[in-house]
Amino acid sequence: MNSAQDSAPAVVELKNLQRHYFMGTNVVKALDGVDLTIRQGEYWAIMGPSGSGKSTLLNLLGCLDRPSAGEYWLGGKNVAQLSDDELSETRGKDLGFVFQSFHLIPQLTILENVEVPLFYQGVPIQESRERARALLEKVGLGDRLDHRSTELSGGQQQRVAVARALVNDPLVLLADEPTGNLDSKTSEEILALFEELHQQGRTLILVTHDPSIADHATSVLRVKDGLVDEITQGGRSVPGRSAG
Amino acid sequence: MIGTAARTLKLGVQSLLLHGLRSLLTCMGVLFGVASVIAMLAIGEGLSFDVQQRIQALGSNNVLVRSVKPPESNSASAERSRISKYGITYRDVQRIQETVPGIEVVVPVRAIYQDSRFRDRRMEARVVGTLPLYRNVNRYQVSEGRFLSAIDLKQSRAVCVLGDRIARDLFPLEDPLGKIVKAGKFSFRVVGVMQPRTVIRGDQSGSLEDFGKDIYAPLSTVRELYGEIIVKVSSGSRDMEQVELHELQVKVGSLDRVEPVSQVIEGILEHGHKDKRDYEVVVPLSLLREAERTKRMFNLVLGSIAGISLLVGGIGITNVMLATVTERTREIGVRRALGAKRGHILFQFLVETVVLACGGGGLGVAVGVAIPFVVSRFSELVTIVTPSSLVLSFGISVGVGMIFGLYPAWRAASMDPVEALRHE
Repeated sequence: MNSAQDSAPAVVELKNLQRHYFMGTNVVKALDGVDLTIRQGEYWAIMGPSGSGKSTLLNLLGCLDRPSAGEYWLGGKNVAQLSDDELSETRGKDLGFVFQSFHLIPQLTILENVEVPLFYQGVPIQESRERARALLEKVGLGDRLDHRSTELSGGQQQRVAVARALVNDPLVLLADEPTGNLDSKTSEEILALFEELHQQGRTLILVTHDPSIADHATSVLRVKDGLVDEITQGGRSVPGRSAG
Repeated sequence: MIGTAARTLKLGVQSLLLHGLRSLLTCMGVLFGVASVIAMLAIGEGLSFDVQQRIQALGSNNVLVRSVKPPESNSASAERSRISKYGITYRDVQRIQETVPGIEVVVPVRAIYQDSRFRDRRMEARVVGTLPLYRNVNRYQVSEGRFLSAIDLKQSRAVCVLGDRIARDLFPLEDPLGKIVKAGKFSFRVVGVMQPRTVIRGDQSGSLEDFGKDIYAPLSTVRELYGEIIVKVSSGSRDMEQVELHELQVKVGSLDRVEPVSQVIEGILEHGHKDKRDYEVVVPLSLLREAERTKRMFNLVLGSIAGISLLVGGIGITNVMLATVTERTREIGVRRALGAKRGHILFQFLVETVVLACGGGGLGVAVGVAIPFVVSRFSELVTIVTPSSLVLSFGISVGVGMIFGLYPAWRAASMDPVEALRHE
């Protein structure tokens, strides 16, 4: 299985990725050169204390932000220096987001919420409605299509968010502390859902500070001071550059 | 794509309904702006229509010359003789008729205030001596009997035609035709009754003139009976005036000759009345033009007021939309994360503002049409709602929505997705 994964195509490749912020005359190096390869079907957890640069890394992986230097190959395409519109398109086509506080749009029904990414892709309404409905049925909310998000429990809202993240059939699913606002029981349910997606061959990246959640992932990236601290993959631990 | 636009529109309405009261209040700003524009324009249009009607009743082809008593200081000689002599003379009429080209008719009028009586009923009246053509020049209609005739004039018959109010007051029950009416010391046989008529005087006062208390008689008869000197008794002192004619109505053949003819007449009169300005020339056509100028000014002032009120409404929209954008920062971040381009966000908020403005504008049109209706219903004001004012004010309100929504929408679109997502 390990060798099979190694031969799978790389979905994400980061090469010396850097992100610097300018605070007056000071330069804050939030990311100071990260190299990472994530292959198709892998389940990654990104961990690190606050201020380590993991949020910055997630923003870059999610094409919400542009690196100051380095390369980011997503699905074989360097997206490091795309224009704002091109980044928007990349997010809409190749990425799916799950947020800590669900971030559903309150004035829309859950069906409409799931349709949002397709709307920006210009998918015709019949098709987008069909796809959204199918996904909501898959996450067990097929009977709530016309409810507003405010009428749902936290766990149900996060399921809607997962359906929304999958509706455009993304290359990578990015989840930022997806269980941070959930109790332990619903957390388990969501993690089980992620496990199921992993079994189906989805590429998942999950940001968390909770080691018990990171245990669900097959690979763990630890970030510290803007650098890779340690990568644990298939039981083998590879130290990052900062350690060396 | 039509589908995208329709769905953005639906989304806009959904988002506005999320804060129904706030959206409604914002609409009100536009509503009152639009409604007040329509209502004011309707009332203004009605007023100017009314004025124009009354001026047109003077006859746009006519030039009127009236005798005016000159200021006292100028007539020191008249003071001594206690007879003030002024006004238009028969010589003036002759000169005008002989020298001014393009004139169709000149109708002289002599008006004397007298007590009129029929049996025990009496009423203050104005005896108007004139020609049969007076009716034609003034487009004045007879309701009963006939107007003065050429034979009445030629034979100086003692016949008269009554104005509508005098006929009503002196003959509340009887048929006035054939009855004898006394005006001052003299008697006239009634041959006709006129229809009601009110026109604008056309002098500085701008007041209305009611012809209801007139008694029309042949000019020749009036001249023979009453003579040239009119005695007025006021507060104990006797005041005597010698006025040959009180008014001349000059009908000009074609409309474009009206103003040149009036200038020539002015010139002739100036020549004949060197020492005193005891006449005035009124040109209804000029009044009409003036009324149109006034209307344009009025509309301009209204336009400015309207502009200001719509500006206030527009600022209200900007204000609310800025608040909305700030409030929905996270939604904007989420949408950006899910693939919305800046253009999508810009369009979304612009549509929302336009929906607000259209809602306000639509309600404003409804209220704006209702106000003039109520005003005309409960007052004597004429109001005219023109379709163009509806289209104009609605169009402007939508335009205002676009312009004033642009900045908030731009703010929304230019947010950094990372910052927006982090916003609580």
